[in-house]
This record gives sequence, C-alpha cells and structure tokens, in this order.
Amino acid sequence: MTTYRLGIDVGGTNTDAVVLDENDSPIAKTKTPTTEDISSGIVDALDDVLAASGVGADDLDSVMLGTTHATNAIAERRGLNEVGVLRIGAPATESIRPLLEWPDDLAAAIGDNVAILDGGHEFDGRELNDLDETQVRNQIREFRGVDAFAVTSVFSPVRDDHESRVAELIHEEVADSVPISLSNQIGSVGLLERENATTLNAALTSVAEEAASAFLDAMDERNVTADLFFGQNDGTLMSVDYALEYPIFTVASGPSNSVRGAAYLSGVENGIIVDVGGTTTDVGALTDGFPRESSVAVEIGEVKTNFRMPDLISVGVGGGSHVTETDGNVTVGPESVGYRLTEAALAFGGDTLTATDVEVSASSVDIGSHTPDVDSETVRRARSYIRDEVERAVDRMKTSPEPVPVVVVGGGSILVPDDLAGASEVYKPSHYEVANAVGVAIAQVSGEVDRIYSLDDQSRDEAMSDAESEAVERAVRAGADRDTVDIIDIEEVPLSYLPGNAVRMKVKAAGELDH
Amino acid sequence: MADKITTENLQDFATGATVLGTGGGGDPYVGTLMAEQAIEEYGPVDLIDPRDVPDDALVVPSAMLGAPTVMVEKMPRGTESLDAFRSLERALGQEAYATMSIEAGGLNSTVPIAVAAQLDLPLVDADGMGRAFPEVQMVTLTLGDISASPMSIADEKGNSVFLETVDNQWAEQFARTTSIEMGGSCMIATYPHTGSELRDHAILDSMSLAREIGETIRTASTRSLDPVSELLALTDGFDLFTGKVADVQRRTEGGFAVGEATIEGVGACDGRTLTLEFQNEHLVARDSEEGVVASIPDLITVLDTETAEPITTEGLSYGQRVRVIGMPCSEKWRTDAGLDLVGPAYFDYDIDYTPIETIHR
Repeated sequence: MTTYRLGIDVGGTNTDAVVLDENDSPIAKTKTPTTEDISSGIVDALDDVLAASGVGADDLDSVMLGTTHATNAIAERRGLNEVGVLRIGAPATESIRPLLEWPDDLAAAIGDNVAILDGGHEFDGRELNDLDETQVRNQIREFRGVDAFAVTSVFSPVRDDHESRVAELIHEEVADSVPISLSNQIGSVGLLERENATTLNAALTSVAEEAASAFLDAMDERNVTADLFFGQNDGTLMSVDYALEYPIFTVASGPSNSVRGAAYLSGVENGIIVDVGGTTTDVGALTDGFPRESSVAVEIGEVKTNFRMPDLISVGVGGGSHVTETDGNVTVGPESVGYRLTEAALAFGGDTLTATDVEVSASSVDIGSHTPDVDSETVRRARSYIRDEVERAVDRMKTSPEPVPVVVVGGGSILVPDDLAGASEVYKPSHYEVANAVGVAIAQVSGEVDRIYSLDDQSRDEAMSDAESEAVERAVRAGADRDTVDIIDIEEVPLSYLPGNAVRMKVKAAGELDH
Repeated sequence: MADKITTENLQDFATGATVLGTGGGGDPYVGTLMAEQAIEEYGPVDLIDPRDVPDDALVVPSAMLGAPTVMVEKMPRGTESLDAFRSLERALGQEAYATMSIEAGGLNSTVPIAVAAQLDLPLVDADGMGRAFPEVQMVTLTLGDISASPMSIADEKGNSVFLETVDNQWAEQFARTTSIEMGGSCMIATYPHTGSELRDHAILDSMSLAREIGETIRTASTRSLDPVSELLALTDGFDLFTGKVADVQRRTEGGFAVGEATIEGVGACDGRTLTLEFQNEHLVARDSEEGVVASIPDLITVLDTETAEPITTEGLSYGQRVRVIGMPCSEKWRTDAGLDLVGPAYFDYDIDYTPIETIHR
C-alpha cells in the first residue's frame, strides 16, 4: 500500500498543508486562512489538500503539525497558566528573586507566585543546603490554586534529586494531575535563564493542550488514524504526549521548519535561507541541511533563556508591508497589513500601497484582482529599499565573504530579486510558499538518553558509545529508519562528587521516519 | 554633591561598564539584577565625589570572586558582604565610610552598587582600573603599595574567612582556594584604604563616566545624533576604524578566551584591515597600513555602527558593521610600574607602548 504523509503549518495568518508521497515528493498543497479555533482551519486545509491530491484520509501514514501557537501565546500574554514558581537553593540566590527582570505584564499574566526555598547543590554535587520538606509542603499549600508548578534547583543539571523530590511532594499535596515542569529536563547551567524557560514551559501547558486537542479533533473529525507528531525547535519531531509536557520546545519550530523545508526543496545543504512572510522576512543559515544555532542567549517574550535556537535575523519587510513616501524617501515596513493583505492591498481593490503591489505593478506576476498603478520612481526606490534590507541581512548571516547559495521561500518570495549581492545563486524552489509545511513533513524522528555513568569500570569512550547506541535505539523505537540515524547532539557534564569518576551524558540521535 | 543610583539609571551604568570593559570583564547582567533588587528593597545608592571623602575615612572596595559558570548558577544570598565588611571592620577597629568598585568595566562594576544598597553605605565615584582587567592585583591601588589584605571572604552560608598575607599575589591565591571550598563563588571585601589614599591612587570619577556613556548611547537614537562622536568627546577617545567583521578566531588558553578578529574597512577605511587581538579584553589593534593604532593599557572597544551599543569579544561575529574606538587609560598605568603590571610586555607582546594620543597626534 502506498503511504503518504501530511505536513501542516499553522501560522498567524495562514494554515498551510502539503501531502508528500512515499518518495517525499510534494503532490498537493494548500493555503487556507487560520481560524480562531485553529481546529476548523486545520480541517479546511486537510479537506482541500486531500481533495487536490486524491489521497484518502486512511492512506495517511503520519501527520506532522508545526505551530507558532505557544510563541504567540507568550507574545500576546494570552491563555497562560497561573504558575507556582519554586526555586530550591536558599540561602544562596536570594539576591535575585525569580521573575525580577520579567516584563511586569508577563509576570502578572502568570500570577507572580514565587518562593525561594532551602536546598540545592554545589557545582561539585555536594549539598548546598538540606531540602526542608515541611517548608516545601507549606509553600505548595500556599500555591494550591495555581494551574502548574515550575521547579528549579541550584545546579540541578548536575544533581536533580531535590527537583524530583519536590515533584513528589507536589503530587502528595495537590492533585496528581497538576502539570509540573522540572528545570533539569529543560535547560542547562545558568540558573536565571533555566528558571525562565522552565516557568514559561509551565505557563504554556494549557495552550499546548488547546493546540493538541485542536489537532487531534481535526484528525478525528476526518477519521485520520495516522501517527501524529509536533515539530520541535531542533527541527525533529515529538509525540503529542511529549509536546503536552514540553510546549516550550515548540516555540522556535517555525524557523526550523522553514529552513529544513527550504533545504529539502532546493537540494541546497549549505547556504542562506530567506523566508519572506506577510510582515517580516526571516534570514537564517543552513549548515549541512540543519539550521545554524545561535550562540548567544535567546529571548522569548523579552525573557532571557539559554535555549539553543536557530540563528535568525528578522527584517521588518514582508508582502504586506506598507510602502511609504516622505520627502522623496521611500521606505517599506515595518508596518504591515498582515493577514488583511487580500482586502487592504491595492492589488485586491484595497487602498493601501504594499510591497506586493509594487511587484504586481512592475512585473508580470499575477496576484489579486487589480493591477495597481504605481509611479515608476516609487517602484524603483521601493525595490532598491527591499534589496538593501535583504542583502544586508544575508551578508550578516554569512560566515565568510565568499558568495553562497541563497534559497528564497515563503509567500512573499516575489519581493526578492534574483541577483542578490553575495549570492552565488538565488533559488526559488517550487512549492516555496509552503516550505514550512514541507519542513515539518520531512522532519526527523529523534531519541534521547540522559544518564549518569561511573567511569570506574569503563572508559569515557565506552560510556559515550553506550549512550550513543541507546539514543539510536530510542530513535528507531520512535519510528526512525535505522540506516539514517545520526547522533545530532552530545552534552557532557562531569560530576566529581561520586566516588571515583562520574559523568552525566545527554545524547540525542535522529533519523528519517521509516516508511 | 551626591548623585543617586536608582533603578531608572542603573542600566546606564551597566551599558557604560560594558564599554569600559573593552570587550571583556564579564557580563554585568547578574550584578545589575542584584543591584536592581537591592535598590528596590533598600532604596537608591548615594554616589559620592571622591574629593568629599575625609582623609582618614575607611574605603572598602567590594567584589564577587569565582568561576563564571558558578556565578550564573548560584547567585549570592545578598548578606555575604555584610559578613565580609563586619569582620574587616572588627580587625581594623574602624567602620567603613564607603564602598567602591575594583573595576569600572564588566560584572564587578555593578556588584558594589548592590553591596552599597544592602549596607546602607555610599559608593565612591572611583575604581581601581578605569576599565576591566583579568586579575585581582591589576589595580592602581597596587601601584600605590596598598595591600589587598586584610581581606575578608564570605559565603551565603554565613562563613567568612579572613586573610592577612605578605603580598597581593598570596592574597589572590588563598582567595581562589577559599572560593572553591565555598562552592566556586563568594563575595570579598579587600584593598581597604583611606580617603587620602583614594585620591592619590584610585581612578576618580569613573562610575559617573560609565553612567554618562550609557546615557549617551541610550538617548542618542532619540536625539538622532552621532552617538560615537559624542562618546569620543566624553572619553577623549579616537575613532580607530569603521568596517565589517570579516573573521573571528577563538580558542581557550589557560582559562582565558584568547583570539583575534579581523575587520575589513568600509567608507573612509575602504581597502584597509584592522586586526584586534584579545585575551578576555581587547589587547592590541593593528591597522594594515598604519600598524599598531592602540594597545593595552589604553582602552579598545567595538561598537555597533548604528546603535553604538558595545559588542563584547564573545558577541563578535562575522558580518557585523562596527566602529572601533580607542580611549586613553589613566596616567597611572603609563608609569614604568603601571606598564610592568598591565602593559604589552605583561601579555607577552613585543611592542613598546605608545600612548594613543601620541599615535594619533
């Protein structure tokens, strides 16, 4: 039986879907408006793309969903949980309380319930202070009304005992079902950044549930019985259950999907990706088929985290950007008509001059119902403005002065000229407008191991290869094709506190989904 | 006249500290947050003119000491400095009149603001470097024969350790060992000195300079002026180069981040290349046509062309449009003893130090 996969990308404006055949070639695609309830938009996209492809719902083998739901919830402070933020580490760390540097409205949106309790460890695994269980229980009772807990203990990436114990106590004191986010599962050394990410994760579990049930309901409604996955930050897939527990790992999946999709559609492995949306253009770098990650701290909703995320430059130019003329100077963006492009832009009979109108009036592209009449000097200047902005961003993302391939994707790709400075070649691959949905559909399946090894009776290399092969096994069990599995991430934390030598290894392996 | 350090102008001190950090000095983030919370809790800090400190008054600089990875994971409790100051005051039989920053650049420029708020002491508008340097003995107080000890070291558990050492090198060694036992990070009270010693041997007015630098950068975009020119006027600095970062090479040597950045000229600098060599901080700037255009102990700082925000050596990456500026160091560093302590030869450079204003005369 021929099997197909379906990739869906739910963006702020559009819900895109693409069907791939068993060779991972796109055979049908659609773009439909995103709906308030998400679910009906997904159903619309599903109906459209299945009709266009002639594939039946039960021929779908797996369905992958990429969503910016969690990202938008943080940006808009919408639907966030009230969180009980427990930091374990007193008397240390009291000089900077949790959430101190958060924007006031975001801290208020999650309730501003914070406590610093006794406990935590030193860098070498010694106890910094005893965990005071009575104190912990009292604090949990005080926070009883919250929707979720975030627990961060000093040096938990080295020893997580205190975090695990607090989780047990929470379950004893309040309902078993209350979501608990433990920092050692989420970030690495750097207390404030890890605590921020853990707290955001705890704030997002209801939003994640909403997105997951919209996804599950939509699939249910059309009797799709395929395996369901979410795309995550590193460009691999996670199960729906995992996404419910770690929604923070979906916040950067959008850029990852577009970079991976662009790489796949163009066949380019190393180069620069330019994703032109309605309001912004994101420029990222592609290294061996994967997004290059940022080396500096990443902010989510103005909150500093220590996540590794795709290294991106966002430029305020997109298909819906306003084109403004003041004193002979033409500027494009950052204001945009956004999702109202099809009513506000001149090409659609509206009254706003947008970047899309400039291209429609100047070239043969056939978009909208009208051909706007734009002064040729304005066209020239607007085009040169867009070119400068994109060329500058491309140049900043390059790691060397030599020209490199540039792949342009996204709905606003027509804005980007074919002869960009610094580009050895400019690719606009077919299906460029649904690159995100393609990216999530071809995403790999991963498996992860996080284990402490004693180095008394084995060498470091033996321990490492044991962790690696276990990670590969887990990826295969999650559905990866063994022949394609590679190790994609290794993190090693030495633990000098145990007798002899010990080391904590975190290894991640990923491979293609097996057909 | 006393100025106030408040939660409103705190960020200006931090930005200025990053400029004076000359690419290194550690991220002022943790120190700034500590200061923010302490000011919220105890009120604004008085920044006092060093000329107003009585001759025999006791000034005790404070700092955080330890491994950067620990400092970002196990932040202080906030009471450590109180313990450290009390034990030093007991030993000296005198109460501290004020505290001070050891360095004007980087992490330890903002930590003493938190200490001042907690101890209800004023902060002297001065420091021991006028910039950032990697080691504790690299302060102008050392040139004035002021001892780092008696030194008091305290942790969050309430322990404090008191040092009396024969020289500043021993003080550094015992302090490091103690900091590891204390979990890799601790607070210190050190280099106790008098008001008259302060005026003779510290670098004066450096904290208010940091604030003015930060203010200039923050407000320049709203006033649409050229913030770099304003910075140069403020610091008697020189515009060394304008260009684009073409290459950054980094490696770790003996615990230091060592490397080199190459900047290709644009505009007036078209066709030239500037090479920056760094060890945590920027050490030497070489122009392909003009040779060495600035070197330690003068200050070399990289700024973003558009915003004039400082870029640290960690933050440098290919493609950034930058302006490189040089600023003269304190005359104290330009003496033979000063150059022995922090000049090009100390960092293994075979170049003779020439003051930046002589190079660009």
